[in-house]
Amino acid sequence: MSRRARLMLFAAAAAALAVTLGVGLAGLPSFGSQISAYARMLNELAPAQRHVTDVVSAISFDYRGIDTLFEEFILLSAVTGISVLLRPFSDETRQLPEDTAPDRTIPPPSPAVWLLAVFLGSLLVLTGIETVTHGQLTPGGGFQGGVIVASAVYVAYLGTNYVTVERFQPSALLEATDGVGASGYVVIGLLGLLAGADFLANVVGLGGTGNLISGGTIPLLNLVVGVEVAGGFAILASEFLDQTAVIRTRRR
Amino acid sequence: VSQAVIAVALVWVAASGTATVLTRDPLRQAFTAGFFGLALAFLYLSLQAGDVALSQIVVGAIAVPLIVLLSLAKVGKGRE
Repeated sequence: MSRRARLMLFAAAAAALAVTLGVGLAGLPSFGSQISAYARMLNELAPAQRHVTDVVSAISFDYRGIDTLFEEFILLSAVTGISVLLRPFSDETRQLPEDTAPDRTIPPPSPAVWLLAVFLGSLLVLTGIETVTHGQLTPGGGFQGGVIVASAVYVAYLGTNYVTVERFQPSALLEATDGVGASGYVVIGLLGLLAGADFLANVVGLGGTGNLISGGTIPLLNLVVGVEVAGGFAILASEFLDQTAVIRTRRR
Repeated sequence: VSQAVIAVALVWVAASGTATVLTRDPLRQAFTAGFFGLALAFLYLSLQAGDVALSQIVVGAIAVPLIVLLSLAKVGKGRE
């Protein structure tokens, strides 16, 4: 395609985008205007109906739980795709990043870095678990908490080395975590059918509003999503680390 | 939340977004993109969208820079 044709195509596409975006933006409620009727209704109904204090969690894991199910499987398929894409190819080989030169040793990470990694890593795990388990009470939930838990693995890598981190996260365990978390969502959804209600219906006891155990299936769904997301992001990190640290081109 | 906080957040988003676009080196861009993600999270927080802000922090400030950095490491190794 010539430069001129490309520019013409770009101009047409940009004009179409500008018109669509302009019309869409013009239809938005003005900045700082009152919230919509739907939002106002949910704000009033959700605490009474679902015994939650974070209405956003009630929307994403209960009223619109089916949407979150699909989002979860989007993440699962993205992680699967990356795992397939980043497997060792036929001209590549796995080789652990160990220095085999006899006349020099790799200096271990300094105690300060190591201590920081231990401190920060444990704090991240704790914060992650807190975020997952309090999804029905405060902002946060399975997705955010899962990523925070997985980021502890990155900190462990920064503070130690590749071999140590690999011991933490055998790939079979990570893959099982990802799969169990994703299917757990479906299993909790099936509980509704078993109880004679709809798929993903909130059939578990709701508990008292504001308690840690409240909201029925919402904390359970948060938990399985947290497990899935933590496993998924740990897989992502380990696949990319494999690419940079372990997988080498065979011809050399 | 007062208008001033929202105004600061919007200016921060505009500045860091422009900085991300203007950074030409992909390695440095990963860092400016991380700060852009943080700015967006602050904007969402100032608009009282705590859940979205948390998602933005974990995706924009952790996941995206990490994947960009590791991809750069992979691509750079192939070029050696």
